[in-house]
Amino acid sequence: MHLLKLISRNIFRHKLRTGLTVLGIVVAILSFGLLSTVVDAWYAGANASSDARLITRNAISLIFPLPINYREKIRQVDGVKTVSFGNWFGGIYQEPKNFFPKFAIDPATYFLLYPEFVISDAERAAFARDRKGAIVGRKLAERYGFKIGDAIPIIGDIYPGNWQFVVRGIYDGRESKVDTSQLFFQWDYLNETVKVKFPRRANQTGIYFIEVKDPSMAATVSRDVDKVFKNSLAETLTETEKAFQLGFIAQTEAIVIAIRIVSYVVIVIILAVMANTMAMTARERLSEYATLKVLGFGPAFLAALIFGESLMICAIGAGLGILFTFPVAGWFGTQMGTLFPVFEISRETLLLQIICAITVGVIAALVPSYRATSVKIVDGLRSIG
Amino acid sequence: MKIPIAYSFRNLWTRRLTTFLTAGGLALVVFVYAAVLMLDEGLRKTLVQTGSEDNVVVTRKSSGTEVQSGVERNQASIVETQPEIMIDNGVAQISKETVVIIGLAKASTNVLTNVQLRGVGPVGIRLRPQVKISEGRWFKPGSSEIVVGIRIAERFPDADLGGSLRFGQREWTVVGLIDSGKSGFDSEVWGDVDQLMQAFRRSVYSSVIFKLNDSAAFDRVKQRLENDQRLTLEAKRERVFYAEQSEVLSKFISYLGLTLSVIFSLGATIGAMITMYAAVANRTGEIGTLRALGFRRSSIMATFLMESIFLALVGGGIGIFFASFMQLLTISTMNWQTFAELAFSFTLTSKIVINALLFSLIMGVLGGFLPAARASRMKIVDALRAG
Repeated sequence: MHLLKLISRNIFRHKLRTGLTVLGIVVAILSFGLLSTVVDAWYAGANASSDARLITRNAISLIFPLPINYREKIRQVDGVKTVSFGNWFGGIYQEPKNFFPKFAIDPATYFLLYPEFVISDAERAAFARDRKGAIVGRKLAERYGFKIGDAIPIIGDIYPGNWQFVVRGIYDGRESKVDTSQLFFQWDYLNETVKVKFPRRANQTGIYFIEVKDPSMAATVSRDVDKVFKNSLAETLTETEKAFQLGFIAQTEAIVIAIRIVSYVVIVIILAVMANTMAMTARERLSEYATLKVLGFGPAFLAALIFGESLMICAIGAGLGILFTFPVAGWFGTQMGTLFPVFEISRETLLLQIICAITVGVIAALVPSYRATSVKIVDGLRSIG
Repeated sequence: MKIPIAYSFRNLWTRRLTTFLTAGGLALVVFVYAAVLMLDEGLRKTLVQTGSEDNVVVTRKSSGTEVQSGVERNQASIVETQPEIMIDNGVAQISKETVVIIGLAKASTNVLTNVQLRGVGPVGIRLRPQVKISEGRWFKPGSSEIVVGIRIAERFPDADLGGSLRFGQREWTVVGLIDSGKSGFDSEVWGDVDQLMQAFRRSVYSSVIFKLNDSAAFDRVKQRLENDQRLTLEAKRERVFYAEQSEVLSKFISYLGLTLSVIFSLGATIGAMITMYAAVANRTGEIGTLRALGFRRSSIMATFLMESIFLALVGGGIGIFFASFMQLLTISTMNWQTFAELAFSFTLTSKIVINALLFSLIMGVLGGFLPAARASRMKIVDALRAG
């Protein structure tokens, strides 16, 4: 009890110094939390993907399409439950910075494969009836104020020209980690327009989505699908949705690694600040420690005093930092908009923040407590700080 | 009268642990700051070297990148007739090219990486004098041979000299490595344009590149091409074209980096401030003595500011020293705009060194100003009594 009292008194002896140190820790813990959340957001797509879904694309690379008649051939492969298909559309809404994914899909099958996109039957039927219809995600609708019946003009880049889609429905995510920043429209609309404008590019799709009967069959089904199209003009590459998503992330891995490293650099910086504070504190109080020793307090007590102070400062800073992480991440997420469709602070991030704070507190107290416990009483009393 | 500078240095030396920790924190911040600037500079340099001022890239309107673009054969022929195209030895310096993306598997992870594949002819090679064969030889026109950029060859063993790649129902032999002095072409694979279009069953070109006979004629030819009713094309100087392709990546790096630097510098400045406040508090008696000896308030202020600035510069120097080793590293990542791999390295310039030192100086001044002001405002009697 006395120990706690002594520690808290000690902390407030240099209000300014303690205040500054706490501020530093708040900034560090806050930015560490934000950076971890950014990295998590990077992996959000892969984490939300299902094991029971496969993606088939052209083996050369994603920019080469596949003929639409592959659909029936894939359906005949053993273990395939549902086949759907879709196309990345690209395109610009008003300005290049207003980026959000736009997919041309098959209205009859796509939502069977993706039950996590929740949409009412009435809206789905309205979408299927309107060739120019579109379904947008809740987050996207809120960001740009899209309402049912609105027309969304898109300037095509992969498919040149001016396109217009009419919002027929708004989907929600079944869970918070589902990306609701996408726009879906009818593949038939795309194909019919392309047939007229660029006949050579007609009747092709970018990727096939396959639902397998049983997730354990994923590997065999992938192999069988690719075998069907071996040595054809458009060979295929089939993999699970997760592998497909991770492949994307792997290509920007350098950035993810850089962010990870940097998020630990901030902890090292704050460690230097904290260690400095503790070193100065212990240096100034060397004569006090000697006095305590004279009074009969052992080295364990001195160490507890210093570790306690260090950990308490870290705890206050980390507590405030974690508290601020929530509003700041919320603000950052809305600022980033559709670039990071899912921006949530994970439990691991919170845990890591706490672990980092404790580590900093412990390491910062190591050298000062060694000094305090090992100093000779005479030298300590003589010391003037 | 001024207080000798040595007084400030001595004090830093006396509190070695504190000085070391504070300077270490500052050094880390300067390191991150310099690294970000170096990365952005490396990216910029890579793309500036990729493009040439006198070359013009013609792509389909609003396509943005060569991969998304398509130029019909009849349209390419119209471009070919422009009088501004340089004629060299009776050959018009114009190259009709095809650009696609192929997936290469990294040996270690088996993850597919997107690599840009460019089909060129003899003129296309002459239009880029910076692209040189570093090993092996150029591909023979009309054969299934390719040359590979050194950045690709070193990361994909299949694509190294003597290896072969399979795409478009054919085996392609790697017969040479190209080195273009750290430009974007180091991350590309080149082959014969007619062979590649045949293999991919493409009937349209991706882009048309030509050299101007007079650099000033660009606006004239651009206007004529873009106003031609038969064409749906746009023309850009090659240098501008490549600079635009890296805009998103460059913005991302600089925004993320600068935000981080500012946040981190807050931490390090706080560290410097704590140290300087402690230095002032511990030397209250000394300050009183100095004032009693006749030193002015401004001298006291200057001496503490000096100490803080010196501390920051030591940190800045250490930070730059370690950052300079980053030049040995090459970063390769997917460029979101072209959808393909791009390799670039950290590049240190004298401007970055000056910027980083200025940055540390600012942190030193900000961290030292308040403590120094407190020291200079002390009353002589109080200060002497406190000591």
